[in-house]
Amino acid sequence: MSLLQQLEELKAEALAELNSIDDSKKLESWRVQYMGKKSKLNEVLRGLAGLSIEEKKTVGAGANSLKLDLDVALKGKEQVLGEKIDQPAGEAPLDISLPGRTPPVGRLHPITQVITEMSQIFVSMGFQVVEGPEVEWDYYNFDMLNIPKEHPARDNMQTLWVDYENEKGERPMLLRTHTSPMQIRVMEKIKPPVRIVVPGKVYRYEAIDATHIPMFTQIEGLAVDRGITLADLKGTLYDFARRYFSSDRKARFRCDFFPFVEPGVEMSIECAVCKGNGCRLCSNSGWIEILGAGMVHPRVLERVGIDPSVYSGFAFGMGIERVPMLRYGIDDIRLFYGGDLRFLRQF
Amino acid sequence: MKVPIKWLKDYIDISLSPKELAHRLTMAGTETGLKYIGESWEGVVIGQIASIDPHPNADRLRLATVDTGTGRQTVVCGAPNLQIGDKIVFADVGANLTDGHTGEKSILKPAKIRGVESCGMVCSEMELGISKNHEGIIVLPPEAPLGKPLAEFLSDIVLDIEVTPNRPDLLSVIGVAWEVAALTDNKVNIPPSTYEETGDSIEKHISIEIVDSDLCPRYCASLITGIKIGESPEWLKQRLIACGLRPISNIVDVTNYVMFEYGQPLHSFDYDKIKTRKIVVRRAGNGEIMQTLDDVERKLSDKTLVITDGEKAVAIAGVMGGANSEITENTTSILLESANFNAASIHYTSHGLKLISEASMRFERGIRPDLTIPAVKRATQLILQLAGGKAAKGIMDIYPQKKELKAIRLHSSEIERILGIEFGMEQVEETLTSLGFKVAVFPQDKEFLVTPAYWRSDINIEIDLVEEVARIIGYENIPTTLLSGAIAHQEPNQLMTLKSKIKQNFVGFGFQEIITYSLTSREMLEKAFASGSLDREPVKLSNAMSSDQEYLRTNLRSGLLSVLESNLRHEEGPIRLFELSRIYLPRDNDLPEEQEILCGLMHNPEEEKAWPVHTPPFDFFTVKGVVEIIMASLGVKSDFRESNDDGLRPGRQAEIIVTGKKMGVIGELHPKVAIAFDISDIVYLFEINVTGLLPSTLQRNGYHAIARFPSVVRDIALVLDINVTHQQIVDIISKFTLVNEITLFDVYSGKQVSPGKKSLAYRLNFQSAEHTLTDIEVDKVFEQILIRLKDKLGATLRA
Repeated sequence: MSLLQQLEELKAEALAELNSIDDSKKLESWRVQYMGKKSKLNEVLRGLAGLSIEEKKTVGAGANSLKLDLDVALKGKEQVLGEKIDQPAGEAPLDISLPGRTPPVGRLHPITQVITEMSQIFVSMGFQVVEGPEVEWDYYNFDMLNIPKEHPARDNMQTLWVDYENEKGERPMLLRTHTSPMQIRVMEKIKPPVRIVVPGKVYRYEAIDATHIPMFTQIEGLAVDRGITLADLKGTLYDFARRYFSSDRKARFRCDFFPFVEPGVEMSIECAVCKGNGCRLCSNSGWIEILGAGMVHPRVLERVGIDPSVYSGFAFGMGIERVPMLRYGIDDIRLFYGGDLRFLRQF
Repeated sequence: MKVPIKWLKDYIDISLSPKELAHRLTMAGTETGLKYIGESWEGVVIGQIASIDPHPNADRLRLATVDTGTGRQTVVCGAPNLQIGDKIVFADVGANLTDGHTGEKSILKPAKIRGVESCGMVCSEMELGISKNHEGIIVLPPEAPLGKPLAEFLSDIVLDIEVTPNRPDLLSVIGVAWEVAALTDNKVNIPPSTYEETGDSIEKHISIEIVDSDLCPRYCASLITGIKIGESPEWLKQRLIACGLRPISNIVDVTNYVMFEYGQPLHSFDYDKIKTRKIVVRRAGNGEIMQTLDDVERKLSDKTLVITDGEKAVAIAGVMGGANSEITENTTSILLESANFNAASIHYTSHGLKLISEASMRFERGIRPDLTIPAVKRATQLILQLAGGKAAKGIMDIYPQKKELKAIRLHSSEIERILGIEFGMEQVEETLTSLGFKVAVFPQDKEFLVTPAYWRSDINIEIDLVEEVARIIGYENIPTTLLSGAIAHQEPNQLMTLKSKIKQNFVGFGFQEIITYSLTSREMLEKAFASGSLDREPVKLSNAMSSDQEYLRTNLRSGLLSVLESNLRHEEGPIRLFELSRIYLPRDNDLPEEQEILCGLMHNPEEEKAWPVHTPPFDFFTVKGVVEIIMASLGVKSDFRESNDDGLRPGRQAEIIVTGKKMGVIGELHPKVAIAFDISDIVYLFEINVTGLLPSTLQRNGYHAIARFPSVVRDIALVLDINVTHQQIVDIISKFTLVNEITLFDVYSGKQVSPGKKSLAYRLNFQSAEHTLTDIEVDKVFEQILIRLKDKLGATLRA
């Protein structure tokens, strides 16, 4: 077959193929196949070497015209395809109301979320987050916190005791009833200035019902330094309440008693339901108690070897479950630890 | 503590509204609510029984005709204490009463009782909501005005005070009066207790000895002879009822009344039953037995203090009297005890014997010995007034080591140092004086010398006074400031950071975080293992609330599986759960080791869903992939080794190895365990010891420069003996440094390979950091790889 004939055939083949092309990806491979460096056309032209000058001229001209023809056809096709891109895709219309193929969704437990949010606020105030053991000695849980044996304040914290007896026949091991033992553990190690928050599980001897469970979560705070005052305690907790609960919720401080602080403080925030007017949720007081606090008792400081005439500090402790319960109107505390996904997926 | 405002007004003028009063008490440290007596007494009037007739159809019922002041009504009544002429409480039809049987509120309607029409009701205390007493009707004093609404005669508002453990003084009406005085800028006025002592000297009748003065610092007593036991007058009864007590007899009621008035518990002995004429206060012998006045035999120990007559115990000090010295209706002489007992001992005894009483509550909070005398005088006065008799001359007062009230130095600068605000000397002086404290001021030193009131046993050191100043002036008057000092030294909390990272990752992979109770039962822990046995004894509680919560968990999987089980009751899944919490591993003579464990499970229902069509495969490798990618995201290289975890299915499980140590396990749930948890679908589970993993996550991995030269890809399909593992192949190929990536893309065993063989296909990526690789270079290495695989593993190329 002469080269000219080959060119003719090539042209027919190329144009036929081009005709059936319907997307730009295929068009590009067509271009490479017929017009690229390693294209069939170039292959034909490589055969020119063995020809006479006359023949070279005719075939060369034929090749050039083929190139032009293919180029024109390519441009034309490009235009057609370009217009098609703007047309709706596919043959049948897409039912966009079909549900999406969602990736599996997981969520953090609401208590984890609250701890994280609260910790972040305190971290931004220069507090460090630490954790401590849940199984404790009564020494840390009570004695060092100014709650001696046979003190009525122990009765308020119904204790779960571990079945363990030491050599002296005492039974000093318990499940911590509050996160406060970490105040002692931290102050034994670090000298002022101290600023910590301690989230963690605590335990009480409680029959389970909608408002009581034997295991719940607290977050404890402690700041000790020279010159820390009750005014600082108020300011710090005000700021926390403003940032966590929003700036238009009022906070209230009243005197309360905890053996390891003095003066003792209880902070309430305005009831979100009735805006302070009194309703069932807040037992008509307009206020919701959210935390206990106070100035660290001098005896507590003395016991860990910090001179209370030089240093002072404040401590606070807050029940975590209460916060999402109030925020979402959850009326059964058991839901947090029951693992019902219909509940947990809502947060 | 319930404090009727009418009673409180005996000692102090109150101009504030009850609501404002309750608010001020609350803000100053004592949560106070209000209870209204008579709030709902509409249609309830004072009546008089005009006549009583038998009920024609019932023996136990009678027909009482009541004069209501405006007319007469006949009602059917079952009360045993109906008497003609008595002033009683009559409720007309339409009154809102508490049902005596159900305790529910209901509107009184006319009713036919055993065939007789009854319009209205003669009320008991329960029906009026005053107390739970429904045994008989209320009998009012004769001076009660006939026909007047009961509310005008009896209504009151009661302060319902929640007393904190440090304030025994607020367990008394006078103590509350002092608190109110300080908060309202008012004066307290306590009438003196005066009476005539017409009897012999008390020493002639009784001698008192304190053996264990550490448990009994002071013992006082008065003696009254010739008394007549009877009912208390109505005013006294009503006050006790308002405080939540049941009137019993004049003597008992007086001791209770004075306890509520002064906060000092009292006890009355039948003097004639103390034959020895002697009181000896001593520790009980270990195992000593006595019968308390509730007729129960109590076994005592030497931590308990008893009151004896020198021979035998006649009372458990501060907790309960003995049956052998109890006063009865025949009693004519009483020995009235007003003593001070050690708080811890009373707490120990009352809680040990489960005899928590109004008296023990006061003693265990620690009251001062100074209270005994005013209380015994007041009680003696009231007894003489209400039960007659003669008081012996003098009061026995045994007080071996008198505890003087200690003056406390308060420096003005200390108030400022703690509260963050300076108060004027005068304001501080006034505040402390208003509480009944004696205050000496030293203006030049800016100092006070404060002697606290004797009823305030909680005031002992300077900080106690600072708190008094703060709470009386009001916390709302303390400014708010932000911490200004240097920020404390911070150590990064790496474990918490790691935990939070892991949790975030799992949430990203579609796992729901759950938190389950750390307390569980032994059965629940065992249930997660096919053999049903635990490899170590869990930590046990000695006073568990129930057997479900008796042990601290040694694994998390039991909790996760039971959460899965309960969720599968209402949804089909797929369910992916994880928990990152602690397990508690016992140690000898030490607190248990608390390990942070990650436990996750993946569950897939058997059935495929029509939509979405795309269902990824679910098998061991699905779960392994999750673990691998978590480990990789923590910068940890993990290997997997065959394992034999008892809770996982044999042959479908592996240990997770990090730096040569076992850090966890992964595998399919053992079918036996699945059955135990009533799970029929396949479940994969993994556990990772996060505490143990921490050090490996802290190593910083180096950075690899991004390759500048192009890579060359070659595929290879190998036929191998069925026992050859992927890892063995990877180990060989990865020795060739030009290969920088090995990707498995096919695993096949079946007809196209001979029996006992399988085929693994890999894509190898060749790359050099120095230059662009030529085909020849790659071919050469590729050849060597094939030879090595053939030599070591008998691999051949798949045709």
